[in-house]
Amino acid sequence: MTDATLNGDGGRPNGSLTTQDDRTKARNRAETRFKAYGLAAILVGIFFLVVLAVSIIRSGSPAFTRTVVDVEFTLSQSEFEAAEEELFKTKAYQSLFISTLKGQLDERGVEVAFDEAAIERLLGKVGGTIREFYTANPDKLGEPVQFELPASSRVDGYFNGRVTRESIQDSRFLMKADLDLVDVLHDAGIMKSSFNWTFITGADAGVDNPGGAGIGASVVGSFFMMLVVLVLSLPIGVAASIYLEEFAPQNRFTDLIEVNISNLAAVPSIVFGILGLAVFIQFMHLPQSAPLVGGLVLTLMTLPTIIISTRASLKAVPPSIRDAALGVGASRMQAVFHHVLPLAMPGILTGTIIGLAQALGETAPLLLIGMVGFVARGYPEGIAAGFTDPNSAMPAQIYTWAARADAGFYEKAWGGIIILLAFLLTMNIIAIILRRRFERRW
Amino acid sequence: MYDTTSEKDVDQKTIKFSARKVQVFYGDTHAIKDVDVDIEDKTVTAFIGPSGCGKSTFLRCLNRMNDTIDICRIEGDIRLDGEDIYDRRVDPVQLRAKVGMVFQKPNPFPKSIYDNVAYGPRIHGLARSKADLDQIVERALRRGALWDEVKDRLHAPGTGLSGGQQQRLCIARAVATEPEVLLMDEPCSALDPIATAQVEELIAELRRDYSVVIVTHSMQQAARVSQKTAFFHLGNLVEFGETGNIFTNPEDKRTESYITGRIG
Repeated sequence: MTDATLNGDGGRPNGSLTTQDDRTKARNRAETRFKAYGLAAILVGIFFLVVLAVSIIRSGSPAFTRTVVDVEFTLSQSEFEAAEEELFKTKAYQSLFISTLKGQLDERGVEVAFDEAAIERLLGKVGGTIREFYTANPDKLGEPVQFELPASSRVDGYFNGRVTRESIQDSRFLMKADLDLVDVLHDAGIMKSSFNWTFITGADAGVDNPGGAGIGASVVGSFFMMLVVLVLSLPIGVAASIYLEEFAPQNRFTDLIEVNISNLAAVPSIVFGILGLAVFIQFMHLPQSAPLVGGLVLTLMTLPTIIISTRASLKAVPPSIRDAALGVGASRMQAVFHHVLPLAMPGILTGTIIGLAQALGETAPLLLIGMVGFVARGYPEGIAAGFTDPNSAMPAQIYTWAARADAGFYEKAWGGIIILLAFLLTMNIIAIILRRRFERRW
Repeated sequence: MYDTTSEKDVDQKTIKFSARKVQVFYGDTHAIKDVDVDIEDKTVTAFIGPSGCGKSTFLRCLNRMNDTIDICRIEGDIRLDGEDIYDRRVDPVQLRAKVGMVFQKPNPFPKSIYDNVAYGPRIHGLARSKADLDQIVERALRRGALWDEVKDRLHAPGTGLSGGQQQRLCIARAVATEPEVLLMDEPCSALDPIATAQVEELIAELRRDYSVVIVTHSMQQAARVSQKTAFFHLGNLVEFGETGNIFTNPEDKRTESYITGRIG
């Protein structure tokens, strides 16, 4: 062997295998360092994830509870008729309620003085709620009925620690003295915390009523929007990718299309928003603020993502599979649909879920086409209306809440984030289950 | 389709493929130059030659697999039973049903053994019933000398077989569609000697029903399995004739150099 003499820099050591030479030591050190960097990166990632999760759950969980006053109330037929005779009917119901409340406090041996104004500050217009109930259910007259009356958002804040005796000033919304009453009611077990179903099932409420605001309507809006995105972007995206990858001739024109698709994936979403406003609403006269239009805009945004990932996964299918299919006399389409596409399916689903997740969290284009939070005032009536009725979507709703002045909405925004993440997680789990079913080795 | 049966004379009947002045270009590269060859029915024809000499390229011209390569251009005349296979009216899909192919690397579909073999008959509508299809699959697997090894696990994945079994599965898959010609592109290059021997035995069997064209790097293999041998060098068909003659008494210097190991 002549190699040894050719090795001018002394190269190979002649020492024992049991002692490491300097080069080996340096290489091993570099490897250890690199592993440490990787581990550190992962730990930092986990740390931030935990911080994020904890802060979301801590800030968002108050949105899921609300303070209610739980009172058993009985209204007789004669009392109902007498109240309806009055000029200020709700006022009459309110005094009846207050006397019941006083009676219940006496029963428990609690002494506290309060006036009607204090009750109004804590519970809002109680009389109206009660009157509405009995006019709707006259058969309940004379029977004891359990009323759960939601307290104002400031009372909620008091229990959450957002409002303290030091931080508030006497106002027409809440007096310091009211907090004493709150404490008494709480100790007596009349005022308590309960799960806030309204937040999950309800629709957006006015700017002064964070307690009544719910995300349900905009979850439905997001759902219909995602349906439009999925139904349009998956078939169009997959068909486009299959054509480009398997059938299209390699020429300048297809190169141009390819470059454009890659660039479209990087276009800011607000550009798609204003495009949607101009084309779908102003030119095509589709309904404003409708999940249909939102879905169309988000489809434009999702298509490049799906096309890019689908093409990548089609490319990753070994060409020998295509040869095998063509070799037994399959047409190109049969080769693609019977053999290539099933193998590319897991990759296509991954791309689709990334695209849909992006679309689900997109806010900016929705604001431009009018799917702002306060539009979500109720549920659509029926499936067709779900697509065309004005509605909002979760991120736009969250944005609207976060922008409102009342601190009660701040909690709602965090709570909305939790619902949004839960929705996303559900979507991902479905995709993972589907992908498992398609995954095969070759 | 036009009928050419009446025009065929006795000599042509035994010739399956006849290629005249075939040129193949990959972009600017002239890969195959002026190849004239006649491939006979019920004969094993071996294509030998050094790597990159164009033997696989020429093989892929015979069932138009090169159509899938955009930059590939073919000139000249290749006739199967007297019909020009590059005629505009010829659908390559129909051609490939007649001219089966086995590839260098075993490439079973990631499906069950049964589905691998049944795929061809299914897409060509060869089976009228499930029982019919079962029979076709069994016959193909028997021909592929694989039946005894897999008959108890027909619904196991084809990719789970050993390399040699996979290649025999691919051969079974190719014969399941009842082709007239079987093209084999280095079918044994990924196999061990035992699997190779099995595949070679199989080729000898298949010769009774088919015309077989095999590309191989192994001259011993060509000598063992083939009756006719074509030697390709740098895109030219240097010599074509009886296998015995090529190996014992080559006419061309280049053939002699190659088979004696001086070039290649």
